Amino acid sequence: MGPAFRRLLPYVLRYRRRFAIGLTCVVITTAIQLVSPWVLKYAIDDITRGATRQKLALYAALLVGVASVGAVFRFLMRRILIGASRDIEYDVRNAFFARLQQMPLGYYQARRTGDLMSRATNDLNAVRMMIGPAVMYSTNTILMFVVAIGIMLSIDTRLTLIALLPLPLVSISVKYFGSAIHKRFESIQAQLSDLSAVVQEALAGVRVVRAYNQEPHEIARFKAANAEYVRRNRVLIRLQGLFYPSLTLFLGFGAVLVLWLGSREVIRGRITLGEFVAFNGYLVMLSWPMIAFGWVTNILQRGMASWKRMLEVIDAVPAITDDHVTEAGRAAPLLGAIELRHLTFAYPGSGAPVLADVSLTVSAGQTVALVGATGSGKSTLISLLPRLHEPPPGTVLLDGIDVREIPLAALRGAIGFVPQEPFLFSDTIAANIGFGVHDEAPENRMRAAAAVARLDKDVEAFPAAYDTVVGERGITLSGGQKQRTALARAIMMDPRVLILDDALSAVDTYTEEEILARLRAVMRQRTAIIVAHRVSTVREADLICVLDKGRIVERGRHDDLVAHGGLYAALYRKQLLEEELAAS
Amino acid sequence: MSIHDEEILGKAYDARLMRRLLTYLRPYTRHVALALAAIISASVLQLSQPYLMKLAIDRYIATGDLHGLNRIAMAFVAILFAAFALDYIQTWTLQMTGQRIMFDLRMQVYGHLQRLDLQFYDRNPVGRLMTRVTTDVDVLNDMFTSGVVSIFGDVFTLLGIMIVLITMDWRLALVAFSVLPLIVIVTQWFRRNVRESYRTVRTWIARINAFLQEHITGMPTVQLFRRERRAYERFDGINRAHRDANVDSIFYYAVFYPLVEVVGALASALIIWYGGGWTLQGTIAIGSLVAFLLYSQRFFRPISDMSEKFNVLQAAMASSERIFKLLDTPVQITSGLGARGSGLGSQERPMLRATHAPSARPDAGEGHIAFEQVSFAYNPGEYVLRDVSFEVRPGERLGIVGATGAGKSTLINLLLRFYDVTEGRILIDGRDVRDMELAEVRRLFSLVLQDVHLFSGTIADNIRLGERSIDDERVRRAAQAVHADRFVQALPLGYASPVAERGATLSVGQKQLLSFARALAFNPRVLVLDEATSSVDTETELLIRDALHVLMAGRTTIAIAHRLSTIQDMDKILVLHKGQLRESGRHQDLLAQRGIYYKLYQLQYRDQDVG
Repeated sequence: MGPAFRRLLPYVLRYRRRFAIGLTCVVITTAIQLVSPWVLKYAIDDITRGATRQKLALYAALLVGVASVGAVFRFLMRRILIGASRDIEYDVRNAFFARLQQMPLGYYQARRTGDLMSRATNDLNAVRMMIGPAVMYSTNTILMFVVAIGIMLSIDTRLTLIALLPLPLVSISVKYFGSAIHKRFESIQAQLSDLSAVVQEALAGVRVVRAYNQEPHEIARFKAANAEYVRRNRVLIRLQGLFYPSLTLFLGFGAVLVLWLGSREVIRGRITLGEFVAFNGYLVMLSWPMIAFGWVTNILQRGMASWKRMLEVIDAVPAITDDHVTEAGRAAPLLGAIELRHLTFAYPGSGAPVLADVSLTVSAGQTVALVGATGSGKSTLISLLPRLHEPPPGTVLLDGIDVREIPLAALRGAIGFVPQEPFLFSDTIAANIGFGVHDEAPENRMRAAAAVARLDKDVEAFPAAYDTVVGERGITLSGGQKQRTALARAIMMDPRVLILDDALSAVDTYTEEEILARLRAVMRQRTAIIVAHRVSTVREADLICVLDKGRIVERGRHDDLVAHGGLYAALYRKQLLEEELAAS
Repeated sequence: MSIHDEEILGKAYDARLMRRLLTYLRPYTRHVALALAAIISASVLQLSQPYLMKLAIDRYIATGDLHGLNRIAMAFVAILFAAFALDYIQTWTLQMTGQRIMFDLRMQVYGHLQRLDLQFYDRNPVGRLMTRVTTDVDVLNDMFTSGVVSIFGDVFTLLGIMIVLITMDWRLALVAFSVLPLIVIVTQWFRRNVRESYRTVRTWIARINAFLQEHITGMPTVQLFRRERRAYERFDGINRAHRDANVDSIFYYAVFYPLVEVVGALASALIIWYGGGWTLQGTIAIGSLVAFLLYSQRFFRPISDMSEKFNVLQAAMASSERIFKLLDTPVQITSGLGARGSGLGSQERPMLRATHAPSARPDAGEGHIAFEQVSFAYNPGEYVLRDVSFEVRPGERLGIVGATGAGKSTLINLLLRFYDVTEGRILIDGRDVRDMELAEVRRLFSLVLQDVHLFSGTIADNIRLGERSIDDERVRRAAQAVHADRFVQALPLGYASPVAERGATLSVGQKQLLSFARALAFNPRVLVLDEATSSVDTETELLIRDALHVLMAGRTTIAIAHRLSTIQDMDKILVLHKGQLRESGRHQDLLAQRGIYYKLYQLQYRDQDVG
């Protein structure tokens, strides 16, 4: 077994005592299962010879007694082993989530949520099946197989060998059908996800579909995907239709051979009738291990494949950590002075730098605006401050200390970040506003934050006010309300540095104006970095930086920049022109 | 924590639901009959095997008749092959029938979704609706293929065994059956508890999924706000509850299976005790005794199988309940009854149609639009629009402005009949939109929305959608006219380039231009535009503005504008405020009024006044 198996061991060994006890129970259970046909053999042989009633009572009692003892161990076996597998599942899932929490933004941008979720659920379940039921059944079947064949050999060697003739056929067909079915199964799953994609698109774009009368077209598209799904299932059904009946057929051959040859042995007096019946009993017992072998190998294969997929996450190395934290960083006062030193940044894996040689000094309490076309690097720049992406060493400094040297928790605690597309959690509005505050914050602080973000009036109009639960991702709120909630959430943290990434784009101009005015009052002592498109949003800033293709091409105050006659002035002139046109 | 639909699990068996499910079998009665015949014959064959054993022992082994033994062996082989064929027929017919029914059901659900009102979509997230079409239907499939039918087979096997035993020896049969009450008790106990614990397990799985979904998509937010520890604690709590629920359910399984075995052993013991005694007295042949023992072993297998099917059945019931609930959601917005000139069955809105006779009748089919005292509330009592009346003449260009929440988008929603007015009416060419065919109303318009929705498929597919009549040439001309041609040509495959997941590879501006091309390609009488708020770079902005002019040229246009600059040269501008129409007129007139429009204008352009 490879390194993946070695990584699984620690999780399993944590419960080694339970596994030891559980496996012992398996051994005992198997032994007892094997005794029952033996009891029957003696009973029948005695009856043919003409036994006494006492003996019959003894056999009856033995049958029940053996079964009862067996039942106790069977109970323990299942309880202990399957229980342990549930514990391991729990441990692994926690480890999985813990690792996810350490992975940076870039990790999530490169992956689909659905994929990660399916690892945490489907793959984990396959892994659990491997360490729970598969271990239990394979131990049971191997033991049963070995012992049953031993007993059968002791009854009649020749008959045993003959009875076992069809068994390889069984194992081969289990292997063959198993992998063929598995392959079809995958192709069916793939088609199911295509089908889902069709539904998802059509439902998410319901307005477009309706407005352009495209319902029949969408139904036709869905019908095609649906029919393909049925077609793929057809192939699987044919395989399954052959699989199980063929097992029964092969196993039946063994039984016929035993009946045909074994009965001759009885007539010749080489074995007793009781032995003959017991022999048949053991043969029936063997059929299960034969089927189980195939089943267990399938589970093991699937389990290991799933475990590898899980390890890709569990063993992923977080790119952004506290590894570079220094004493100075730990003791940083976090006042809010920001410095960028010859910052050049490219996303890992893509060659072209998004930011090139950007230098900028912002003293604590200043408001700096970033202006520039889409793709000029504004969002990337601000994402480096709270280390959503990792800046190169020594290029991004907070209060003169490299942000990489400051503990992540302290750094992010000092920064209030309002993203372009806010993410809200399905919780109350109050809980969403207080998301970044870790102690019980007084309600008036929450209300104050909501008021600055001009959210207060909206919320008061809701029946449950601040206790209103917002739907998945805030679905019940309008775009502007979501943005304002995200703003209130950042203000609530009382951060030294506030970053707005085009955070009011869905808010109308009038409300935006109000919010900015209130923000100015709150932010008097704090550093603010504002990304915006409207001149109205940025003109009051202490410093305006114009970005173009990853470089700061102009910097200064509004009036200076207008006088300078560069990009900013052009942008401004354009807006003036609009106004002149309007006035005409 | 709120209880989602997904977490509700009803009874394992619900006669009402079952009856309704069975109606889906109707088109396939013959298939089902064939499958049933196969199941029954297969059970009979299976049951004959221990009987053959008995014959072998009593008739031929006892007498040493080798020819007889040969015949038995031949019969055995014949039975094996027959059983093989029957099994195959049964699996194939049943599962294919299941697939066909699932196909029908899926089409039905999806077709219904295509008709359901937008209001329904406002209340149900897309993810949940998708589950109805995919997962829920698949769960039902499990019932059709493995669950219900195998229960039928199991029941039949049980009955068969009972009949065989009684005919072989009714006294010994009674002895064997004496353990049945025990089995019933054990099974009842198991069923009750497992159902309960299964429900709990399902609930916790749903919660784990919901939590993961939310926290994986929102992970950057969790990290920025340093919530990792608390999120972990919450996850641990859910994860732990899930584990505990599972451990509980293990207990029931761990007790049930061994218990069934013990009861089985008890039956064997009774057969040995009584049957053995009778054999000694010579009233029962030894072969019959062996057959009894073999049958009693087979007797208990279907019972534990059946118990396992309860989970399948229960899940299927819950799924079908959800599916039927969706199918039973009525569609309120349907094609009007006056659509084809018939006045039949006007029971739905008799008064409205009777009291409002069409006032004026401009030339038919020109696209003359009139709102007459329209009021609308998404939720009863909460009016979003109040008493709005206006008129748009063919070829006229209308701009709508107002703050967020003023009711601008609602106007469009009503015009395209995504919703129906609460009061008043909307007339197109003098006809109430509710009397027209839905497709007829919507064919008049091309709608351009703020968020551009792209479908998977090629660029050309996204422009023409499913409209076959729009050929490649028309697609290209439309794209050229709105300046989309240039960037499309730059793509590796031009118009045949695939659009990645929701247009991820295209910029916002490019997507916007594509949606213009789409609107133009459909060459509508009326253009309805919800202007994008999202900001794009200046160059794209200019392209978009120019494209808009092309789009509007010579066409009736209704545009919601967020930037007042877009609509200054409109023929008429409506100013909505808190759901009411407060001002209307041309740009300069409205400015001169010094009212709401003037204020909005001031706000947007104040900066430039200073400069």
